[in-house]
Amino acid sequence: MSTNSDDSVDVDAADAAERELAAQLMVPVPTGPALTALLDEVVQRADTEGLVDVTWTVTDSPVGTLVLAATPAGVVTIGFGDEEAVVDYLATRVSPRILRTPRRLDPVRRELDEYFEGHRQVFDVSLDWRLSHGFRRVALDELARGVPFGHTISYKQLAERAGSPKASRAIGSAMATNPLPIVVPCHRVLRTGGDLGGYGGGLDAKRWLLRHEGALLA
Amino acid sequence: MAVKLPPFQTLIDDHAVDLHRFLVATAGPHDGADAFQETMLSALRAYPGLRSGQNLRGWLFTIAHRKVIDLARARSRRADPVGDAPEVPSFDRDPSSGHDSLWTKVAALPPKQRSAVVQRYVLDRPYAEIADVIGSSEEAARQNVRAGLQRLRQVVSKEEVES
Repeated sequence: MSTNSDDSVDVDAADAAERELAAQLMVPVPTGPALTALLDEVVQRADTEGLVDVTWTVTDSPVGTLVLAATPAGVVTIGFGDEEAVVDYLATRVSPRILRTPRRLDPVRRELDEYFEGHRQVFDVSLDWRLSHGFRRVALDELARGVPFGHTISYKQLAERAGSPKASRAIGSAMATNPLPIVVPCHRVLRTGGDLGGYGGGLDAKRWLLRHEGALLA
Repeated sequence: MAVKLPPFQTLIDDHAVDLHRFLVATAGPHDGADAFQETMLSALRAYPGLRSGQNLRGWLFTIAHRKVIDLARARSRRADPVGDAPEVPSFDRDPSSGHDSLWTKVAALPPKQRSAVVQRYVLDRPYAEIADVIGSSEEAARQNVRAGLQRLRQVVSKEEVES
């Protein structure tokens, strides 16, 4: 919103002394570092009172920038790339009470760092599965429990394990909509014959992850 | 889902600086900080239940304006448990600024005039928006700004005569 065009009329109506007072009032009120500390305190109090439904942060990784988000129940999203899009999605799908507070994401960030540095093969952080439903959820759950670090599985095999042998295509969309990539390892799902298939974070990322796990030699 | 509300963080990113200035200017540095926290917490509590995502800035400042009034009432109740809340709330004085600073005089204005003057001359807001914040018509908002300035001028010129 811009300042009104009626300003001049109003200022004309005020006499000189009032104008002078107004000028004195327009000297900026100090703010700045005090505000940063104040905001930290507000976020902490809000968190204690249960007023923060989702928190997010952004972290660098060998496969690109990752947007990490959590609810009090656990990690709810790991997104590749576009921070604004991920946050808007979460505001709509989970809750608009979403704040940028890195602290709650520290555990998952630490585990991811360990994974990328080669010191971790299994993730222990709690997950909030609310963004995955039905068969997709079943398939991702099966994948998370049954396909360990360094192993791969075909879309078809995973469909069989998830109890729907003919549902390879549904497996494809389950992987494509995986809200928790890397931690729920959809990069370990390949086409029959070993072709990479697709990946939400791009095929370079998929290749990097598989090589990192020693599951891809070339 | 009926209403599309932006992430609360964008409200903080867009308005927290002005909100803080508004509250420090209307309530002083100490009470202003308290009022800022209370405003943010109230806003977070109410946010998911909002029926409209329009004019969120106005919504935030309306909460802030009310917090300043509440604070002043609570303060005067503590100071004088039997009396009615006075029309002119007391102000949290900043010792570093000196008692004769213009800010302490702004603080002596009635709450609506105070909010209106600060919105107008500290934050440079249009009258329609000031009206929203103090819950009045645009004409009344204009009137509050003018009356506030007049009153300030009276205090200032009285002091000049006395000194």
